[in-house]
Amino acid sequence: MLEAVFKYSFLQNAFIGSILASIACGIIGTIIIEKKIVMMSSGIAHTSFGGIGMGYFLGIEPIMGALVFAVSAALGIVTINRKSRENTDVLIGMFWSLGMAAGVLFIAFTPGYPPDISSYLFGDILTVTRTDIWIMLVLDAIIAFTLISLYNILKAYLFDSEFSSVVGVKTVFIEYLIFIMIALTVVILIRVVGIILIMALLTVPPACAKLFTYDLKKIILYSILFGMLFCFAGLWMSYELQIASGASIIIIAGLIYLFLRIVTRRKLRNIV
Amino acid sequence: MQKAIEIENLSVYYNDVCALSDVNLTVLEKEFLGIIGPNGGGKSTLIKTILGLIKPSSGSVKIYGKEPGSEQRILGYVPQFLKFDRNFPINVMDVVLMGRLPAGCPLFHRYTKEDREIAETMMEKLGIHELKERQIGQLSGGQLQRVLIARALAVQPKIILLDEPTSSVDSTSKHQIYELLKKLNEEITVIVVTHDTEAVSSHIKSLACLNTRLFYHGAPELDNETIQQVYGCPVELIAHGVPHRVLKKHEGDE
Repeated sequence: MLEAVFKYSFLQNAFIGSILASIACGIIGTIIIEKKIVMMSSGIAHTSFGGIGMGYFLGIEPIMGALVFAVSAALGIVTINRKSRENTDVLIGMFWSLGMAAGVLFIAFTPGYPPDISSYLFGDILTVTRTDIWIMLVLDAIIAFTLISLYNILKAYLFDSEFSSVVGVKTVFIEYLIFIMIALTVVILIRVVGIILIMALLTVPPACAKLFTYDLKKIILYSILFGMLFCFAGLWMSYELQIASGASIIIIAGLIYLFLRIVTRRKLRNIV
Repeated sequence: MQKAIEIENLSVYYNDVCALSDVNLTVLEKEFLGIIGPNGGGKSTLIKTILGLIKPSSGSVKIYGKEPGSEQRILGYVPQFLKFDRNFPINVMDVVLMGRLPAGCPLFHRYTKEDREIAETMMEKLGIHELKERQIGQLSGGQLQRVLIARALAVQPKIILLDEPTSSVDSTSKHQIYELLKKLNEEITVIVVTHDTEAVSSHIKSLACLNTRLFYHGAPELDNETIQQVYGCPVELIAHGVPHRVLKKHEGDE
């Protein structure tokens, strides 16, 4: 497979895409796991399907439509969640289904042959373009900058937002910021693993990382590395077996987590 | 003496549910105030309104004459520790350092040497210094409670507010915590929400009884009638092992 990587630019794009996606996933996945907003993130991911449909309908880059929808959904969920005491689960359910319904309608109204939407649902890392890479690079830079520049404050917010607010941290701002970053990450991941499988790539790497350390910085770092490992292994499997790349990545991730879980538990028991 | 907290005609509603109604309360500087009342009586709501976490529906809260939230380093807050995720990847030192967080969201903030020294001092004060590298899941309830107090003190506040600091800690820790609060009270104002009226009775200087309305505020001496009003049921004033045991020894007991 290695010589093929040097030969074909689509494989190079796939590798670069994997790395960029893993960076975003490692950071944001750790945040959503620690803040326990995995389902909210999933809601945002699925809502963005509406944006992809809109992109096709208006004839703009579908990923841009997804970006608009994901950010709007993120802002909507936080705002309604803050203002009303409505059950967040209900809210997520509504955004989720409404977004997907909008996507289906937009695509139905798009003139001509219906576009192939399965690559957005299940991802196809082999179709990642140079434009996608540039978009991912910019979004990664934004996410990494935010994490590094606000690390202490983010960590405090994640652990105890009330106390942070009492000492004067602008927690409302941080909350919106986190949700916007989730939206950005979702958009990055749509191309790589697709809407349906996004949650796996956000949650499995941090879950693996947490088996090894209690240090937030290390969890993020290990998550990024695990993400890369999953993507490369999945890519290889999909290339060798001629099967869907998104699903391969996720299956590999799940199996590795299971394996680590069993191994580390044994190790932990020995130590204790 | 100066007024630390001044609450006037405060009401707080959650949608249509009234949590606090027409509360008037003045806390003087260096007061040691215990707030008691039944569950759902608005104790935590009152604390959070003072902290600026909840906006009053009507009425006003003033802390040293200013709105809550505008004065950053006056209040130290010790929340109920049961609400924490004990698996969160953070160690004791980092929790205590949260007390040194800056206001706003400055970019590239790093804790200074002075911040670390203050955190270390507070940890020593609470006897948790040797635990500073521990992840919080590896602490006992009493230890975590002391970590949270150390964090509130790292703010170097003028007023410290504690929400049920002695629930789910053993009696030795409980005693230590109250001894510590008593010592702190020599310099700062202490407000404690508690069910543990037995411990409070030997330490606090004043008492507030809260059940949506404020029924009593004054010296920690209560009669049966007030208690009955607050809790809505007759409660034995003192009896071991009874949840609502309150303060004054009444005749014929024990």
